[in-house]
Amino acid sequence: MRRRAVLKFGAAGVGAFGLTLAVGWWRADGPGALAPVGERPLPLSEMGFRLTDHEGQLVEPSDLIGQPSLVFFGFTYCPDVCPTTLSDISGWLDALAEDADRLNVVFITVDPERDTVDAMAEYVGYFHPAIRGWTGPEDQVAQAVEDFRATYEKVPAEVGGYTMNHTASVFLFDASGDFASTIDYHEPREYAVPKIRRAIEETSEGAT
Amino acid sequence: MDRMTLAALAALVAFSAPGKVFAGSEDVVVEQPWARASIGVSRPGAAYMTVLNKGEEAVTLTGLSTPLAKMLEIHRSSTTAEGLSTMAPAGEITISPGESVALEPGGLHAMLMRLQTAMIEGETFPLTLAFSDGGEVTVDVPILGIAARGPEG
Ligand SMILES: [Cu+2]
Repeated sequence: MRRRAVLKFGAAGVGAFGLTLAVGWWRADGPGALAPVGERPLPLSEMGFRLTDHEGQLVEPSDLIGQPSLVFFGFTYCPDVCPTTLSDISGWLDALAEDADRLNVVFITVDPERDTVDAMAEYVGYFHPAIRGWTGPEDQVAQAVEDFRATYEKVPAEVGGYTMNHTASVFLFDASGDFASTIDYHEPREYAVPKIRRAIEETSEGAT
Repeated sequence: MDRMTLAALAALVAFSAPGKVFAGSEDVVVEQPWARASIGVSRPGAAYMTVLNKGEEAVTLTGLSTPLAKMLEIHRSSTTAEGLSTMAPAGEITISPGESVALEPGGLHAMLMRLQTAMIEGETFPLTLAFSDGGEVTVDVPILGIAARGPEG
């Protein structure tokens, strides 16, 4: 298993703190170097992290192979973008009706410090039942983010505590675990749903 | 009438009826306010609405308050070219005559920090918008489910 140290997380947090005191708030840019634009996530079969789902089961990316998958990052202390992403995805899944069963949908937290298995279970319980919540040790979350060529950084908040900046795209993988495309969380249902449906239909064609 | 009474009266007017004394904010209308329920009090909440300026003068929204949260700010969520989602205070928001500003998911939102009580689906809470002319507008914000996407749920 590859465990490259992801230093940007800690460095961004510490570095940001002083700046935040001066500027008074969060900052979007900084030492948290972003993955080059256009760099694609690894195939699920080549990813090397292990996490725990919201039901307490050990999970790894290869578990997702066999069905198309939607994977996205977020955290449950996120008041705006994350609930919006989860409810948008829930809307897509509602539109897919029973085809939603032929899809893996995984929400990986970038804030394992606060997002315990129980916190994830409670949170995903408010959205479509197909959505799984994955969390785990800090180093495994960092590895997941890296394998998806995503990014995140911890940013202190002015009232104490912290918030997280994170990649907001939803990653779509085909049934063999290869990256297919990204869907923006705000993408209208009439664009998002056909993309997902195509991935599901390709799976059934491949099976015959 | 002594000073104290006058001050009290002024406060009362400001609170109950943003009347003729203010330049601008009396023409502000808040439409379709809503908020998402919270899980407990440890996570921040978000509220959304459309703020319309029906008057002839620009108005500047300078602050928000509610008994529900110790700290309230207008934030803007945005996504960088690299797809990184960030959130930062939007600062003061000026609305030109005849214009409106939409606080909606994934963009501007009223962020409720240090919640005093949980935001419970089905309840409402008062939210006061303060403007640079000294006027205030208070609205009742219905609390919808956590998975709500808009004012209709
Ligand atoms: Cu916010």
